[in-house]
Amino acid sequence: MSKWQLITKGLVKDNPTFVLLLGMCPTLATTTSAINGLSMGLATLFVLVLSNMAISAIAPVVPDKVHIPVYIVVIATFVTLLQFLMQAYTPDIYATLGLFIPLIVVNCIVLGRAEAFANKHGVLDSALDGLGVGLGFTLSLTVLGLVRELLGSLSAFGWKIPGTGDGMLAFVMAPGAFLCLGYLMVLFNKFIAKK
Amino acid sequence: MAVKSNLVNMAVCLLVTCLVCSAILAGVYAVTAAPIAETNAKLLRASIGAVLPEGGELSDAQSLTVGGQPSEYYTLSEDGSVKAYAVKSTVVGFGGPLTLMVGLTPEGVVYNTSVLSHQETPGLGAKCNTDEKFMAQWKGFDTAQKILKVKKDGGDVDAITASTITSRAYATAIQNALDAIKGVASDAVSGASVKPENTEDPSDE
Repeated sequence: MSKWQLITKGLVKDNPTFVLLLGMCPTLATTTSAINGLSMGLATLFVLVLSNMAISAIAPVVPDKVHIPVYIVVIATFVTLLQFLMQAYTPDIYATLGLFIPLIVVNCIVLGRAEAFANKHGVLDSALDGLGVGLGFTLSLTVLGLVRELLGSLSAFGWKIPGTGDGMLAFVMAPGAFLCLGYLMVLFNKFIAKK
Repeated sequence: MAVKSNLVNMAVCLLVTCLVCSAILAGVYAVTAAPIAETNAKLLRASIGAVLPEGGELSDAQSLTVGGQPSEYYTLSEDGSVKAYAVKSTVVGFGGPLTLMVGLTPEGVVYNTSVLSHQETPGLGAKCNTDEKFMAQWKGFDTAQKILKVKKDGGDVDAITASTITSRAYATAIQNALDAIKGVASDAVSGASVKPENTEDPSDE
């Protein structure tokens, strides 16, 4: 598999949200607006790339029976690091996503990539794989957030469409998240199947 | 996963991983602790500044029981007399705790309010932080002349459309702050040095 394919497969063929259905909890909970979805996606991307690299580097020396606890400690370290950095330098985003940042530790995408890819491949390939899957996740969350924001509050990336009212609030709330995710999944898979 | 597990290498591996990770975190914490504290202090100062009149001297945080919960308040004084108070007040909103900073004059007039943190529904209750009409009505809200309850409950507060519970919680938070500060204000007038303790309503839960 070429380096380029490593990145693109996470975007389309193995898209974590629309194809693999991984990490549904943050997907549904944080996509109330495009900005929130984008921030959550980028936060996960950051953790994913770094943890993939670290895990691929240490995997050869980690005894088999303790590999899961070791991976989780590594992932948790990067998440906590991210939390400190966000709290210090982007307090606004941290205030919105605060609750969901620690949950990246148990996001099955991160541990999933560590188990399925990083511990069998080199550091560079693992970084690219993390980048691809992370970008796929970011893209899906941003699109989902954008659709929900458009329908729910008639705005896009915080920019209110002039002369419009309140929008359909159900889409900002939990039921709308499921609905939008379902329809986007249908569209995405139809598009993929045609190709 | 080339290594076969045995007791020694498992223990060593976990120990080393945890040590390295703790060291990294300790390092990052040391670097970011100051900016985090600064950011939080800046946010707090901004929220106090937003709810109090300009000028005068602001005291440090003083503890106070607001609505049955330990909280804090700040006194703004000018030329030895109290100009206004800023009270932190937390109530249960629709989605979770709703924390406000309430600016009050000693006479019981609301100077202004600001939201410190909330977990209200985006697009509905979350408007308590953005809806201009809702926010503007607190400026100069005189509790001696108006009733601090939403119109549905027979008061003078305009609720946010479809968010009566949030609006009600907001009014309750201000009422709690007001009740708590009344004790402080009367003590200040009579010159008593005893700190006010309980203004809580046992039926509040």
